[in-house]
Amino acid sequence: MSYSITEPSSRQKWVAGTLVITYALITMVPLLWIMMTSFKTPPDSISYPPKVMYQPSLEGYVNLFTTRTRVSPEKLASLPPPANFAEEIVRNRDMVIAGPSKFGGRFLNSVIIGFGSTFLSIFLGTLAAYAFSRFKIPLADDLLFFILSTRMMPPIAVAIPIFLMYRKLGLNDTHLGMILLYTAVNISLAVWLLKGFIDEIPREYEEAALIDGYTRFQAFYKVVLPQAATGIASTAIFCLIFAWNEYAFAVLLTSGTAQTAPPFIPTIIGVGGLDWPAIAAGATLFLLPVMIFTVMLRKHLLRGITFGAVRK
Amino acid sequence: MSEVILQNLNKSFGSEHAVVDMSLTIDDGSFVVLLGPTGAGKTTTLRLISGLEEMDSGSISIDGRVVDSETPAQRDVAMVFQQYSLYPHLSVRDNLAFPLRSPILKTSKSDIDRIVNEVAEVLQITHKLGNRATELSGGEMQRVSIGRALVRDPAIYLMDEPLSSLDARLRADLRIELKRIHSDLGSTLLYVTHDQIEAMTMATHVGVLQEGKLVQFGTPREIYENPNSVYVASRLGLPRVNILPAELFSATKGMSHSIGLRPEHIAYGEGDPAVVKRIEHLGDQTRLHMDLNGQAITAISPEGNPHAAGSTVKIKPINPLYFDESGDRITGTNA
Repeated sequence: MSYSITEPSSRQKWVAGTLVITYALITMVPLLWIMMTSFKTPPDSISYPPKVMYQPSLEGYVNLFTTRTRVSPEKLASLPPPANFAEEIVRNRDMVIAGPSKFGGRFLNSVIIGFGSTFLSIFLGTLAAYAFSRFKIPLADDLLFFILSTRMMPPIAVAIPIFLMYRKLGLNDTHLGMILLYTAVNISLAVWLLKGFIDEIPREYEEAALIDGYTRFQAFYKVVLPQAATGIASTAIFCLIFAWNEYAFAVLLTSGTAQTAPPFIPTIIGVGGLDWPAIAAGATLFLLPVMIFTVMLRKHLLRGITFGAVRK
Repeated sequence: MSEVILQNLNKSFGSEHAVVDMSLTIDDGSFVVLLGPTGAGKTTTLRLISGLEEMDSGSISIDGRVVDSETPAQRDVAMVFQQYSLYPHLSVRDNLAFPLRSPILKTSKSDIDRIVNEVAEVLQITHKLGNRATELSGGEMQRVSIGRALVRDPAIYLMDEPLSSLDARLRADLRIELKRIHSDLGSTLLYVTHDQIEAMTMATHVGVLQEGKLVQFGTPREIYENPNSVYVASRLGLPRVNILPAELFSATKGMSHSIGLRPEHIAYGEGDPAVVKRIEHLGDQTRLHMDLNGQAITAISPEGNPHAAGSTVKIKPINPLYFDESGDRITGTNA
C-alpha cells in the first residue's frame, strides 16, 4: 500500500479526523459543562440525572452581578411591576435586587493586574532579552541561569516570606503589589523565550540601520521589535495566562480592593445556598478575555509556539 | 571632497589579527577594490571604517574629519552587506526610503518619493517597489540592497562582496551597472571582493590584502604587471601565473630563486622542450597544459592551435617576474 505524508488517503484522513475530534470533545467537556450550567436555573443545575436539554435562563448571570434580599409575598405584591428582565427573574424567586455584587470590581481587578503584569513582563523581558542577545555582558550565562532558577520551585513555596514582606511594605491587597508579584514570576519565562526569538534576528539588520543613520535604540525599535512581534505575542499569551489564572497568591495576598476574580468566584457559593449557575456564569465570563486575546494573536501564536524553529 | 584616510589600523579578535597596521588613502572619486581571500581582513576593514567595529589602535578620517569616536550614523557612510540585510518587515519602497527617513537625513516626503523612484529606475526594480522585501529573487534583493545605499549621498560607499551570491550573468550585468553608477555620480567607493574579475574591471585602485596586511596598492594594471610578491602575482590573472623554479629554463637559470610566468609571457618555437599534456578549448582562447621537467605550466596556445596533446613544443619565457626565496619580487633584473 502506498503511503504519502503530503497526500493522505481518504481513510487516513477519516481516522485522523475522528481521533482529533474525539480528543477535542473530551477536553472541551468541562468547558461545555461550565457554559451550559451558566444558562441553567438553580433547580435545573442540580437535577439528577443532569439535564442536557433545558429552558435556558439568565438567572446565573443576574445572580452573579447582583445581591438580593428575600421579601414577604405581601411586600412583593405591593411593588410596582419589574423594570427589566433581571428584576423579573429575581422576583420569581420571592426576592428583590438589593444592589450590584462585587463581581464587576473583581473582574476589573483581574484585567488591571493580568494585563498590567503581562505588559510589564514583556516590556522588561524584551529589553533584558535584547541586552543578553546583543551585548557582551559579564557572566551572561550565569545571570541567565540565575533568572531561570527562579522557576525551579513552585512560586507558592516562597509564599510566607512574600506575605511578610508585602505586609511590611504595605503592598498587601494592592494592584501594584500583585502586578509586581506576577511580573517577578513571569519575567524569567519572558526573558528566556524572547532571547530565543531575538537571537534568531540577524544582527545585520540593526547594523544596516545603524549605518542608515539611526541610533541603537531607534534600530531596536524600528527593526528588531517588528521582527520580534511573533515572539512577543506568544510570550505575552503565556504571561497573561499565568497572571490571569493565578489563584494561590491571590487568595493569600488580596482580600478586598485588589482581589482578582479567581479567589472571588468560589465565594459566590456561600450566598444563599449552592448557586452553581452563578459560579458557572462567573467562570464563563472569566474565560473570555484569555480566549479573545489568544484568538486575536493566534496567527502569531501558531508560529511562535514552535519557539522560532520554523522561521526562515 | 571626501577623501578617506586610514592610518595604522589594528584590529584583533582574541588572538586572531584581523587587520594589521593598515594605512590606506582612498582618494575622492576613486573606486578602490580590496582583494584577498576569505579571512584576509577585507570585511573587518569595512566594518572599522563604518564604525560597526571598534579598532584597537589607529585612526580613520573621512572628509578631513577624524571619525574615531563617531557612531556609524555620524560617519556618513553607506554600506552594502554581503547577505543583503533588507528589512524583511518592510516593502521594497520602505527599504529604499529607510535611510532617507533617518533622524540624520530627515528628507521631505516629496524628495523621498523622487529619489526612491530614480534609484529604482536605475536598478530596474520599479515594478517591485510594492513587494515585501522577502518576496524577491536573490538578484532583486541585492539590487534593492545596493539601492538602499544609492539613495544617499554619503562620503563613501562601502560594499562587502555585494555580487558574490549572484549568478554569473547577473553579476556581469551589475558589475557594469556599478561601474556606470560610479562614473555618473563621481562618488567614492570602497569595494571588497575575492573575485579578481570584479577587481580588474571596476577598480581605479586595487589593494591586495594578505592576513590583515595591505601588501600592495595601485592601479589594476600596476598590480597585474608589477606585483611585488608571489602572493600578489597569484591574486590576479586567469589562468593563474605559473610560479616556477628559475633553474627550469636555460634562459633564467641563476637569475633568481623562482620566476613568475603569466600564460601570455611564453614564446613558442625556441628554448626548452615541454610536453603538451592537455588542451582546453574555451572558445575565445585555447589553453595548453604542459609539462617541463616535472613542472606543470599553463599557457595560452598560439594562433591556430598548432599543438596536439602529447606533442613536444619548445617554450621560452618573455619578461618573467623574478622572486627571491621569501617570495618577494626582485626588480632591476633583466631577462
